[in-house]
Amino acid sequence: MSETTTNPITAIFEEAGNQAIFMGRFLKSIFRLDFEWEEFIRQCYMIGYKSFPLVAITGFVVGFVITLQSEPTMKEFGAESFIPSMVAISIIREICPVVIALICSGKIASGIGAELGSMQVTEQIDAMDVSGANPMQFLVVTRILACIIMVPLLTIMADAIGLVGGFGGINLSQDVSATLFFNKAFQALKFGDLLPAVIKTIFFGFAIGFIGCYKGYNSNRGTESVGIAANSAVVSASLWIIVIDAIAAQITIALGY
Amino acid sequence: MEETNNIPQIENNSGGTTEENVIVIKHLKKTFGTKEVLSDINMVLRKGENLVILGKSGTGKSVTIKCMVGLIQQDSGELKVFDQDINAMPEKEVKELRKRIGFLFQSSALYDSMTVRENLEFPLKRILAIKDKSELDEKVAEILKSVSLPDTADKMPSELSGGMRKRIGLARTLIVKPEIMLYDEPTTGLDPITSKEISELILTVQKDYGISSVIITHDIACARITANRVLVMSEGKFIAEGTIEEIENSADPMIKSFFK
Repeated sequence: MSETTTNPITAIFEEAGNQAIFMGRFLKSIFRLDFEWEEFIRQCYMIGYKSFPLVAITGFVVGFVITLQSEPTMKEFGAESFIPSMVAISIIREICPVVIALICSGKIASGIGAELGSMQVTEQIDAMDVSGANPMQFLVVTRILACIIMVPLLTIMADAIGLVGGFGGINLSQDVSATLFFNKAFQALKFGDLLPAVIKTIFFGFAIGFIGCYKGYNSNRGTESVGIAANSAVVSASLWIIVIDAIAAQITIALGY
Repeated sequence: MEETNNIPQIENNSGGTTEENVIVIKHLKKTFGTKEVLSDINMVLRKGENLVILGKSGTGKSVTIKCMVGLIQQDSGELKVFDQDINAMPEKEVKELRKRIGFLFQSSALYDSMTVRENLEFPLKRILAIKDKSELDEKVAEILKSVSLPDTADKMPSELSGGMRKRIGLARTLIVKPEIMLYDEPTTGLDPITSKEISELILTVQKDYGISSVIITHDIACARITANRVLVMSEGKFIAEGTIEEIENSADPMIKSFFK
């Protein structure tokens, strides 16, 4: 990372190689006895609890807007009664996982990239290294694992809040009881709708944590590097989310879900 | 006093590792891209001494001490710490060796998301594996008293002045009782009074803990207070060695320029 490569093709391979090495160091650091539980719980709090308000608002608005947007078309086809089912399936299978992951990449990946980038600039990571502690274990493993656990949880909560948003949206123009709306929504859902969606959010969480840590940990010395690390973390994590979603869709279809 | 373009005394001392030499460096070279930062470094650090490396910014001083702890790997040459080649050791053994070396960074490198207490407990929990709360509290109170900052335990690093951050950085390093201390520009960015206090603290550390130290600086006042021996660095190599008085009285125009 210290030497810049001018050839873009070489730079892509160099970046891929550096990410593979970083992945190897991460995997090696996971399987150690001295797991940093205290820092892991702190990161779960920072990543999960602190992101909840943003995720909750996003989930509500997604459900609300989908309902409002789809209602005229559904009415045209005389299929208004399918609105709860359509909203539930679209939110849980696709929209909330991807939208929440993108929101999280903006908030969490950039936060991790900036934090670790700043620690690199101020020599805090070097200080951990020379003190005999393991910065990969303390900084990287805890953050990536916290993302792997908290992003799916945030998505499930956003799914639930999104359904509430849908219920609110439909009641702007109609009088639908909560029992009817949620009965219709849950009747349409199968376990096969929820499982692939949750599994892909685990990979989204990994991408967000891994890219955030990689960009921050390997940032150059200099204050502008902090901004670059945060920015490139968001861009790369968002791209990874789109790619993972495309792959997950193919796998889901192939498996018949 | 003799000043030379080579360093015969260092060459003689680096012939072999003795019990008195805790760090031995021979013909160390390091290049970044096309820039040769270290061209031929030869030096020893003797047990219990304060060795000051004087030099202008960008001459390779920080790279030299970062090589000593394996943060930067040299391209060629030999570097032995406690008679062990740090670059030929497996990672686990490097971690063990680093527990015997303290490093005070130019920026103090306090963990800014933690309080002073948590900063000090960090190496205690991980290096000395101390888990007992009362023992941790006792060691934190003791080290804070020794750096004259007994009431700062619950402050965040952002609430401390530059001098206080240096002291806490030093305390965090000393709390695990290292055998070697490496100081990277310990007085940079501090006012003259605080610089003097930090320099005197370095001297106290040497006397009280019996630590061997390498102090990298371009602060002559700091060198005057702390140095037992001085090496002058220019363009990636040492150009003179002696006591601070010998260096100060040098006729070499480059060395004289430090003292103007």
